[in-house]
Amino acid sequence: MTNSPEKQKPLVLVVDDYQDAREMYAEYLEFSGFRVAEAKNGQEALDKAFELVPDVILMDLSLPVMDGWEATRRLKGDARTRHIPVVALTGHALKGHSEDANQAGCDAYVTKPCLPDALVEQVRLMVKRRDEAQAR
Amino acid sequence: MASPAPLPPVEAHVGARLALAEHLLACESAVACARAMVEWLARQFGVAVACLGPGDTGTASVCLASEGLTGAQQGVLARAWDAPSSVLASFRTRPGARWLAADALEGAAFPGGFLAVPLGRPGAPAVALLGVGLSGPGVPQDVAWVASCAGPLIARLAASDARAPRRPEPDRLLRRVINAVSDPVLLTDAEGGLLFANGRAEALLVAGPDASPGRARAVELNQRLFRETLAQGGATGVHRREVPLVDPVEGMDLLFELVTTPVLAPDGPAVVVSVLRNVTDLGRAAQALGESYRRLRATEREARSERHRLDRVLDSVADPIILSDPSGGMVMMNDPAERLFAPPHAGGDTADAAGRRGHANEALFASFLSNLLGNVHADVSRWKSQLTLDDPATGAPLPMEALASKVLGDQGELTGIVTVFHDRTEMLERARLLERVKEVSSELEARVLSATAELAEQNEKLRRQAIQLEQASAAKSQFLANMSHEFRTPLNAILGYTNMLLQGVSGEMTPPQRRNLTRIDSNGRHLLEVINEILDITRIEAGRMPLHLTDFGLPELLQEVMAEMDPIIARSKLAVETRLEDELPGVWSDRQKVKQIVLNLLSNALKFTHEGGVQVAAEYQVATSTFAISVKDTGIGIDVSNQEKIFEDFQQVDSSPTRAYGGTGLGLSICRRLAAMLGGRVSLQSSPGQGSTFTLHFPRRARRT
Repeated sequence: MTNSPEKQKPLVLVVDDYQDAREMYAEYLEFSGFRVAEAKNGQEALDKAFELVPDVILMDLSLPVMDGWEATRRLKGDARTRHIPVVALTGHALKGHSEDANQAGCDAYVTKPCLPDALVEQVRLMVKRRDEAQAR
Repeated sequence: MASPAPLPPVEAHVGARLALAEHLLACESAVACARAMVEWLARQFGVAVACLGPGDTGTASVCLASEGLTGAQQGVLARAWDAPSSVLASFRTRPGARWLAADALEGAAFPGGFLAVPLGRPGAPAVALLGVGLSGPGVPQDVAWVASCAGPLIARLAASDARAPRRPEPDRLLRRVINAVSDPVLLTDAEGGLLFANGRAEALLVAGPDASPGRARAVELNQRLFRETLAQGGATGVHRREVPLVDPVEGMDLLFELVTTPVLAPDGPAVVVSVLRNVTDLGRAAQALGESYRRLRATEREARSERHRLDRVLDSVADPIILSDPSGGMVMMNDPAERLFAPPHAGGDTADAAGRRGHANEALFASFLSNLLGNVHADVSRWKSQLTLDDPATGAPLPMEALASKVLGDQGELTGIVTVFHDRTEMLERARLLERVKEVSSELEARVLSATAELAEQNEKLRRQAIQLEQASAAKSQFLANMSHEFRTPLNAILGYTNMLLQGVSGEMTPPQRRNLTRIDSNGRHLLEVINEILDITRIEAGRMPLHLTDFGLPELLQEVMAEMDPIIARSKLAVETRLEDELPGVWSDRQKVKQIVLNLLSNALKFTHEGGVQVAAEYQVATSTFAISVKDTGIGIDVSNQEKIFEDFQQVDSSPTRAYGGTGLGLSICRRLAAMLGGRVSLQSSPGQGSTFTLHFPRRARRT
């Protein structure tokens, strides 16, 4: 029912099983001028991604049902969602996670705790990069 | 006087001359000599020859020998030789041959004349005359040679012929008897002049004119010695004395016993009969006897001193020694043995007791010896036994070891037994001590064994504990890692919402609300910092922080650090400067870790410095191929006693609850661990009030460990 101005706003899919964090990012993204969809596990993330085809996906890696790595692999393995940038989020700052994330097809990697403004900065960077790629 | 006509010489053969010379030397009287000469000349040259000389009576001259002359002619010549005024007689004092004409001598005419040659010693009046009647021309040249040979000989023989008859001649038999005596016998006049000597005496005391110089000298010496010895005796009575003479032939020293007896000769003068007896051998024998006696005495002396020394040696031996004869009788004992077996009798009760003990010891020894002597086996030469004697002085038992040895003679016969005693007290004591040492040692060994076993058990326990600790440590690390994650999730929300509120996401806030939110924010950040650092240490300890080695430059890295710290620097109002050495080489190390260390050091410097400034400097030390990044502040400084402490976990200089500075106290501990991972270290130079300089030293090329 919403039209073009709303349509102009990029859609960000926030995937996090921890409700407070998910809603916090969602609220700040909306405050910062984004549309937000939410998912609380990997499977839900896949469903929402195929359904909504968001502009950017924020993916927490430790998730129930299906973890973020697996979900990202599937997204990147599907033609419908392959082009969507995925920003990996993790509280495990341990070495190796970023590499696993890159292997899984993540486009960026952010360590929690990540303040909302820093995360929004990262999302804006992704959108900009995608727009540049499409313009080319 | 008519001068002689020159006559041609006639020479005899050389061999004939030699034969004549030999013949002449063998002649013992003037007559024999004259005959040989005359016969030789007549045979060689066929002339009439005569030799005139003194006759036996000693008054008138006679013709000693002649050939080819009549008796009348001989008489004429003899008379002419003796007549004082005749021509012939004048030749006695005029040497040299003279020729007389055929008619010079009445009644003795020779057709060719007469050659007269005087005979005698050269320079002395002639004693004889050689006359050669010549029958024709030609004079035998050998006449002069014959005259020179025979002249001195005839002169000497004529003289001795004349002397001999004047000596009183002893009876022939007597003379032979005396000559046969084997001892030298002499007859001398009162002055010592030699009147007669038998053969033996002549050998010693008489030398003929033709004797060798050696013999002449020896005889002369003997004569002097003999005369001197003779002069020592009295004029009457029989005297005996010794006279040393020299053997003229061998040159050896001889010793004679001289017995002299004065005798009155029948014709009046007193003479002395001397008999010499050779006692040389006797003297030598006596000398040898004296020598051997002296040697015997010396040997005896030596043996005595040897025996004395042996006694001293035996006495100085601490062990008792006894020498027994083959039947067991005591021959000798040294001092220690005497003290045991024959203690001195000093009188009194104690001495009696000592004597009794001595006898008891002796009895024990006797029975010991009988064991050896009673042994029928000849080859047993040693016998060892243990006896317990009593000390004569105290009565204390003396454990002794007696070792008896047979002393065998040259033929292997038993000549004695020597027994040496050895005090076994010490040995027994030693054995006892040894036994005790062994006991203690085995006890000790047992203890060591049990201690070792215990130790091994404890080691095993420790090993198990170590494993358990390791497991516990790993579990702790895992737990902390999980914990930090669990901390982070709510903290993320706290910090995020605070941040959003401060940004006015939920609308504008009143200043007090904003101030309080700011406090929540800063405390939340501090909590995050603590959690991050705990996580870092946990990861380092768990070995889960590997090195990521890359190429990078320090200037860019320091720029980044300054940029990140810029908000804090701006707040601090401190002068912060960076000094980089020109042309710093590139680095091969873990960039993230270097950056973390520098960040930490700089944030510490800013935190503990209130005024002044902070200087960050980087330099490369070529000699050691290391970089040094120093952070120098003008802050509060650190006392030397605390400089080590601040690198420990959770330590600050002031760790009291009321401390002035915040922070986890983990920063430097992490820095040190990270530096060690890079193969470097963090050093500190500081003193209170003087500021501090922390320096990170790390190699240009890190090695993976």
